[in-house]
Amino acid sequence: MREVAIIGIGQTPVDEHWDKSLRELAGEAILKALQDAQREEVDALYVGNMMSGILTQQENLGALIADWAGLRYIEAVKVEAACSSGAAAVRQALMAVSSGLIDSAIAVGVEKMTDEKGTEITAALATAADADYETAHGVTFVGLNALIMQRYMYEYGWKHADFAPFSINSHLNAMTNPNARLHEIISEKDYASAKMISYPINLLDASPIGDGAAAVLIVPKDSLKPNHKPMITIAGSAAASDTVAVHDRKDPLWLKAAEISSRKAYQQAGVTPQDIDFFELHDAFSIMAVLSLEACGFADRGQGPRLGLDGIISRSGKLPIATLGGLKARGHPVGATGVYQIVESVLQLRGEAAENQLSKAQIAMTQNIGGSGSNIITHIIKREDR
Amino acid sequence: MEIPRHWRIRQQRYALVGEVCPHCNAKLFPPRDICPQCGEDARTPYQFSGKGEIYSYTTIYEPPAGFEEYTPYTVALVKLEEGPVVTAQLTDLGEQPLEIGMPVEMVTRKIRSDSDERGMIIYGYKFRPVLSRQ
Ligand SMILES: [Zn+2]
Repeated sequence: MREVAIIGIGQTPVDEHWDKSLRELAGEAILKALQDAQREEVDALYVGNMMSGILTQQENLGALIADWAGLRYIEAVKVEAACSSGAAAVRQALMAVSSGLIDSAIAVGVEKMTDEKGTEITAALATAADADYETAHGVTFVGLNALIMQRYMYEYGWKHADFAPFSINSHLNAMTNPNARLHEIISEKDYASAKMISYPINLLDASPIGDGAAAVLIVPKDSLKPNHKPMITIAGSAAASDTVAVHDRKDPLWLKAAEISSRKAYQQAGVTPQDIDFFELHDAFSIMAVLSLEACGFADRGQGPRLGLDGIISRSGKLPIATLGGLKARGHPVGATGVYQIVESVLQLRGEAAENQLSKAQIAMTQNIGGSGSNIITHIIKREDR
Repeated sequence: MEIPRHWRIRQQRYALVGEVCPHCNAKLFPPRDICPQCGEDARTPYQFSGKGEIYSYTTIYEPPAGFEEYTPYTVALVKLEEGPVVTAQLTDLGEQPLEIGMPVEMVTRKIRSDSDERGMIIYGYKFRPVLSRQ
């Protein structure tokens, strides 16, 4: 297997892009990644996307986007793994390049959501759940997370207010990210009084949807000059699955797939949780951030909220998370999210995160969660030239 | 829409018919043909009692398409007394506040109907608080 490096990144702002189509958004992110890498072509394209068939009546995105981006005739396919489609596409690109079958690949995550009305988007998101035994009963995606959060609060004795630091931190970090969907500082009071969506989850527990695209360009490390700068490599990459339905899990309060994929990624990278400088986690809901921190070994079972309350997750803390706003405030254009996480990590590792730049950024971890924990993909990304 | 899809799982929807594993006796709902406990074939039908307790619950204020007219409604994870957990709506809720651990029992109710007047009406299981004996 060949080691791989990320030499190009690109992203569009996450927004309601009424003036741009799905292919235009994806094309924009791809062209930026090519320009960033100073390349004009690649051998393969992997498109991460969840809902284009439902929300845009468009499938066959591989060929559609390759052609639009001026890459006609290359190998190109769409990869779908619910909300983890983005990281799944990155992992496909990585495996293709690492195996030696492909010499350069772009993974682009794209989602076009805001053309449709709210109830249709809610129904489309719910297709990540079990259609016969969850969705058929009217439970929404938010509802499933609410069922988990309610039980979590009951078992471990946390109050809703104890989750506030996650939302507050993400909103604060998004303020200076020009690509973020929300630019709005929030207070504990705002958090406590936000509109209820599905008790106990309110509007400030939930990430906003949006349109957006992000892309990374991957090549073998040994194809670069040894003094190539910055040398950003993928040191660990692992994916795991679990039951689609929450009710089928052995323990609905434990993200087994996060535990498995993070453990494998740590092993590959030769690191432990203590070595991770920052963590771009999947804070689609505040409860998911908490469960991810626990399953990845950053907090004891049932103690995830402590990391928020103790300030550990802030940019000056020991384990900064959502450093450019996370899903909560950068936004969650579903199939693109996993690629945004990696693009943002590369910005931090390169020292290009501007006002959001962390003082220590050598080893990054990203984790993209599909469904309510059914598909979890973890990446560890390193800067090696310093 | 999708008539065979609902017809196919009528025994599950109307009567909570799951499976029992002939090898380790694990009770399975929904049916899944392969036992998650021991990994063996498990295709023996098993009728669940419909009794259980609330494992967790929530109220849906922002429904998906198809459920607008019922909003708000309450959805729960119900732990059946035979072991499995199911996702279902709660119904016949009186004044008493819901809590985790509350005993509930299965009833058959309308879940939703297609908006079009010639559309399907879909029935299935919901759970209601167990009526306390006077
Ligand atoms: Zn068995």
